[in-house]
Amino acid sequence: MSELKVKIGLECHCQMTSLKTKLFCRCPADYRGKPPNTNVCPTCLGLPGSLPYLNRRAVEEAIKVALALNCKINRRMVFYRKNYFYPDLSKNFQISQYDYPLAVDGYVTINVGGVDKVVRIKRIHIEEDPGRIVYKGSIESSPYTLVDYNRMGVALLEVVTEPDMETPSEAKAFLQELRSILEHLEVSDGSLEGSMRCDANISIEGGSRVEIKNITSFKEVERALSYEIIRQRNLLRRGVQVKRETRHWDEVRRVTVALRAKEEEMDYRYFPEPDLVPIEITDEMIERIKAQLPELPAARRVRLVKQYGLTEYEARVLTSDKHLADFFEKLALIHGNPKVDCNLVINELLRLLNEKNIGVRDLKFTPLEVSELLRMVDDGTISWKSAKYVLRRMVETGEHPRMIVETEGIRRIAKVEEIEKYVDMVFERCREDVEEALKDPKVIHRLVGEVLKETKMLADPKITFQVVSKRIEKLKTIRKWGEVPP
Amino acid sequence: MNVLSLTAKQIAELVLTGSLSPVDVVEAYLDRAKRLNPKINAFITIAEEQARRSAEELEKRLRKGFSGKFVGVPVAVKDVISTKGIETTCASRVLKGYIPPYDATVIRRLKAEGAIVMGKTNMDEFAMGSSTELSAYGPTRNPWNLERVVGGSSGGSGASVAARMAPIALGSDTGGSIRCPAAFCNIVGLKPTYGTVSRYGLISYACSLEQIGPMTLDVDDCALLMEVITGKDGFDSTMIDYKFKWTPREVKGLRLAVPKEFFGEGTDERVVDKVWTIIKLLESQGAVYEEISFPLARYVLACYYIIAMSEASSNLARYDGVRYGFPCDLSSPWYDSYSKVRGEGFGVEVKRRIILGCFALSAGYYGRYYLKALKLRTMIRDHVLSILKNFDVIVTPTTPFPPFKIGERIEDPLALYMADVDTVVANLAGVPAISVPAGFVDGLPVGAQFMANYCHEDLLLTIAKCIQDETKFHTKVPEEARL
Ligand SMILES: [Zn+2]
Repeated sequence: MSELKVKIGLECHCQMTSLKTKLFCRCPADYRGKPPNTNVCPTCLGLPGSLPYLNRRAVEEAIKVALALNCKINRRMVFYRKNYFYPDLSKNFQISQYDYPLAVDGYVTINVGGVDKVVRIKRIHIEEDPGRIVYKGSIESSPYTLVDYNRMGVALLEVVTEPDMETPSEAKAFLQELRSILEHLEVSDGSLEGSMRCDANISIEGGSRVEIKNITSFKEVERALSYEIIRQRNLLRRGVQVKRETRHWDEVRRVTVALRAKEEEMDYRYFPEPDLVPIEITDEMIERIKAQLPELPAARRVRLVKQYGLTEYEARVLTSDKHLADFFEKLALIHGNPKVDCNLVINELLRLLNEKNIGVRDLKFTPLEVSELLRMVDDGTISWKSAKYVLRRMVETGEHPRMIVETEGIRRIAKVEEIEKYVDMVFERCREDVEEALKDPKVIHRLVGEVLKETKMLADPKITFQVVSKRIEKLKTIRKWGEVPP
Repeated sequence: MNVLSLTAKQIAELVLTGSLSPVDVVEAYLDRAKRLNPKINAFITIAEEQARRSAEELEKRLRKGFSGKFVGVPVAVKDVISTKGIETTCASRVLKGYIPPYDATVIRRLKAEGAIVMGKTNMDEFAMGSSTELSAYGPTRNPWNLERVVGGSSGGSGASVAARMAPIALGSDTGGSIRCPAAFCNIVGLKPTYGTVSRYGLISYACSLEQIGPMTLDVDDCALLMEVITGKDGFDSTMIDYKFKWTPREVKGLRLAVPKEFFGEGTDERVVDKVWTIIKLLESQGAVYEEISFPLARYVLACYYIIAMSEASSNLARYDGVRYGFPCDLSSPWYDSYSKVRGEGFGVEVKRRIILGCFALSAGYYGRYYLKALKLRTMIRDHVLSILKNFDVIVTPTTPFPPFKIGERIEDPLALYMADVDTVVANLAGVPAISVPAGFVDGLPVGAQFMANYCHEDLLLTIAKCIQDETKFHTKVPEEARL
């Protein structure tokens, strides 16, 4: 049963967060954190008589993306009206694109489990974001609905793929790559809440195509798809035909639910937006933008491997998030030990970020502070193990690493005299072990362990081993010459 | 001297020299408007307080040396143009109580020249109509005969100027809505080239066809108004770079095309006669004319209505009672409340056009109706331009008949649509067109229409000026407006 082929296609809506203003008016594009309905003007509110005027920067930014996704760019771009009624839509139509999108026929290479795979891009177009519907509590229990138009008119880039993905992890990998590309192009910051949303369509061989709407984050995509595959497989197993329908991803219950049949057959009555003139995109414009394209994740991976001697895997992890890769490169520049730096960023920092569910940009410290931390490891002030602990505290409190080391008393004990004091204590306490060690050198390790425990693991293990070994040797000598130890 | 008999240009000159005070001007017109409006119903809103306040402010600014083309000139504004702080209803129940928080670009420009918005004029609901009978505020009556319609949809603006309730007015023209009431009111009405006057703030009915334009007593005011309202605006992306300028010249040598289809069947012979008189007059002044054929004439109405209704169905979708205007019933689900608001808020003609427009745009019929209409539109435009390669202007009657009786055509939408048959060509092609008083039929005014190539408004005004100087029709005053 499981060998039935799964086909997944994605429609990703990405806010162009780098734009200063909305797509069709001059309201700030950054609506986050503003009181409801304060980031609005006649045009984005769709007031009678208002007209859209295109933010030309949006077109240029979108062309950047189209080039990065290897698309063919249409020389003539036309906006259409997509007519439908919904309270979050101020004009009850959305200005989008239809027959003449910005770009078509591109591709992205993704890598899952070390295998490269090409995902084809069907089209890329620009459209306006609707406002936000706010419920008090949940949809069902809310006694009223509030609408916030602050987001209305923010520029969205819609990237539509062919159904080339076969597993949820491929879908996730695609989205990660897309997000990283957009971040490298500085078109969209995927770490901002709600900046990337996605619809997925999925079909299993022998079944119909089901569309899952309203997946509000890339993280949820994998979950929604996994659920839907199981649901459809179960239906097919029981011989039930999968209905062609649109389903809604319920993030809380983690299930997909069918939308009312009423909403399925939509006639959007597309027609060219008469208030905007068609936009001619010239070769010169494309060439100019092409010349300004920054380094993209794929190229960056190659460079990271070459420049820092990282593995393919490490480079891939770092570039999955532009900010993470930036963090690493800054750290490597200041600290200068790429292997160690990469290890810290990938294995320690990333784990903490995932654990706390925050992004690199939420960190309250910079690579400079991390380099200080690593310097303390380098000069023996703290152990690697302590360093990991300090990093955790840094993530939590944002305090300077030296401060944390001081206040928490986790400076490493590396002075021989200091360690000898602890060795004295342990030799006094563990006489039997000492006796054994005199006969069996392997038991020395047990004594070392005891000393470390006594120092709360702060003693340098290497030096401790040397001190304990020396002491045992000394005892052996004394025994040999028949002297009774003092 | 009676202020009410002056043109806008004369008022502004007298105010600038200190012979007239803006407050006195405004009071005179307010008094007149309040007195005549119960009879004529030209205004939906007389913005008494705002107009007074503006006049007082203007006096202060004048003392500080302010100057402008329209200082102290009251202007009547069609209720489809957004005016900050003054209720703007589009003559619809659905927008009752809506007070725009912003001024349309044309209003901003007029105010910058010292003009004073004195009120909002009656119209067919959402500019859909040809007689100003389809207003939620009742029909406007023709000052020349109170039993007759005033033409539509800028009928209130036309009547306000004809009855001297305002020296100048702004209208909007989607298929003849400025020119038709201008003809029925014996005034000058101009639809400018598409893209030369900002539509920002004009409440859209059919955005690819409509333009704001002047409605005035004489040609000079028309030119002055054009100077102020044309010119690029960053808020309207469909605009071309054009600023109106007019240097009067002779009509001698101008070539007129007379398309016979617009003088034939369906057109009142008395109207045909008046327009021919005008053509002969121009000939006597040195212009030459030639009768030509316009075979696409019989398609223009269908083409116009499909495009206009399609755009209207989308433009009017925003009136759902959620954000402004007609209050939303909050107790029912949104789709029910939308239906209720729209069902009760819109008048019958508006609903008819929304439904037909939705139909023409729907998936199964888009190609058969909307796309066909677009293709036809291109053909019509190309045909107009090909004529204008050999001629300077095209002459037709403005309307096929003189002002008809109120209620006469209201039951028959198709008969009403016929009123636009001569005017829609200019909107489909985007070229400028003017209606000039062409005389009287049974004491009722009729107009002659002239169309020119893109941005050749100066030619239209030159011709209009010649007719005005030779006929003096514009000096005739309706009974109701005797001062
Ligand atoms: Zn805005």
